[in-house]
Amino acid sequence: MQVILSSVQLSETVQQLAEQFDKAHENLNDVVFVGIQQGGVVIGNDIVAALQKLHPSEKILYGQLDITFYRDDIRKEILTPDTMNIPFAIENKTVVLIDDVLFTGRTIKAALDVLLDYGRPAKVELCVLIDRKEHRQFPIQADYVGLSVKTHKTEKVKLINKEVMLITQ
Amino acid sequence: MQLSTRHLLGIKNLTKEDISLILTTAAQFKEVLQRPVKKVPSLRDVTIVNLFYENSTRTRFSFELAEKRLSADTINFAASSSSAAKGETLLDTVNNILSMKVDMVVMRHSASGAPHFLAQHIPAAIINAGDGINEHPTQALLDAFSIEEKTGTLAGRKVAIIGDIMHSRVAQSNIYLLKKMGAEVTVCGPPTLIPKYISEALGVQVNYNLKETLEWCDVANVLRIQLERQNQVLFSSLREYSLAYGINKKLLDSLHKEIVIMHPGPINRGVELDSDVADSKQSIILQQVENGVAVRMAVLYLLSGRNAS
Repeated sequence: MQVILSSVQLSETVQQLAEQFDKAHENLNDVVFVGIQQGGVVIGNDIVAALQKLHPSEKILYGQLDITFYRDDIRKEILTPDTMNIPFAIENKTVVLIDDVLFTGRTIKAALDVLLDYGRPAKVELCVLIDRKEHRQFPIQADYVGLSVKTHKTEKVKLINKEVMLITQ
Repeated sequence: MQLSTRHLLGIKNLTKEDISLILTTAAQFKEVLQRPVKKVPSLRDVTIVNLFYENSTRTRFSFELAEKRLSADTINFAASSSSAAKGETLLDTVNNILSMKVDMVVMRHSASGAPHFLAQHIPAAIINAGDGINEHPTQALLDAFSIEEKTGTLAGRKVAIIGDIMHSRVAQSNIYLLKKMGAEVTVCGPPTLIPKYISEALGVQVNYNLKETLEWCDVANVLRIQLERQNQVLFSSLREYSLAYGINKKLLDSLHKEIVIMHPGPINRGVELDSDVADSKQSIILQQVENGVAVRMAVLYLLSGRNAS
């Protein structure tokens, strides 16, 4: 096991992501944030908190999304779902999906499926802490990337206690 | 986490963890039912047959809707309009249906133990939708979900089950479930409709007095008086039953607290429940129906993994 991002580096990276996002958007009107359970919610909490500091007077809409019922490998194992909480309309909004690690792209594809069952957003953007670019199985890429890492396919990248670890089997 | 069983034959053989898993999963499905698109793709590769050898409206619709909300393919079988009427055996009927590649069977039958018999002979997952006077597990699960939703918890909750306990699969499943989850249960009804050794067998209290029972409980689950049993001289007349065990507004208002009223349906208005009680804000009868779909989605979802090819 090897540390890719220490907790200090992680909070710096989150701050950078918030600033990256801030640069790309004039204001937060019509923008909502959605973290993907579970790692994406951990990162999402921090990114939204950082953005809130940059825009103290604005109310940032932030929800949590769970893909359990939409997984394309659902027959491999029946998993218990996590909480789904999108207490606002996404119709005609820009939805920023937040995840911890972008790997094959299958989670994001499922998250898009979930999202469309809530309404028709004007635009969906993707924000990830870690990008494992060379292992994509679907044509999906992120708009905001914290750190791009080169990894082997059999390795795992996991967010554990606010540190990002590379696990080699 | 996984269920400890591959069928849902009854509450009797579920663990406390199984029940909690079904109830927490049901809460997530209830959220699905509030969305603009009330449907998830989880079971789109699963085919389910609804095998109803006994009449049902609520349960059959509820299962069918749950299956559709999960994107499963469904076929419906009603004994009265099928080859069962021509004398085909249960096992033959089911094997014929299964050879058409069916993954799960939801079954209601008038014979107690019919789903247990099937479970020993066929590979599909079986869900008991009511068997004779034995069990109706999904009703008990949706009742528990509704109690938890309304009052916060099952442990320590005082639940009264009122009416024909003797012939009620709903009562039996509810008792098993509530006891496993740490609730206290009192059954109440005419002595002729309460099994003699039920206290010893199932660990419930018995009280033949309705008013005392209502004063004691937090939740009253009122059962349907099965009109077909009228001729068995278990009670002298519907009017007498209603006078002794019917719940009306006046009785409820005379209690020292506000209790929750439940009923599995169909209601005999004016017999076990008066209309102004059934439709009052203390009643969660329609929430029970709504929760039934979410609970059945949870059961189907959690059992779907074990048998898919």
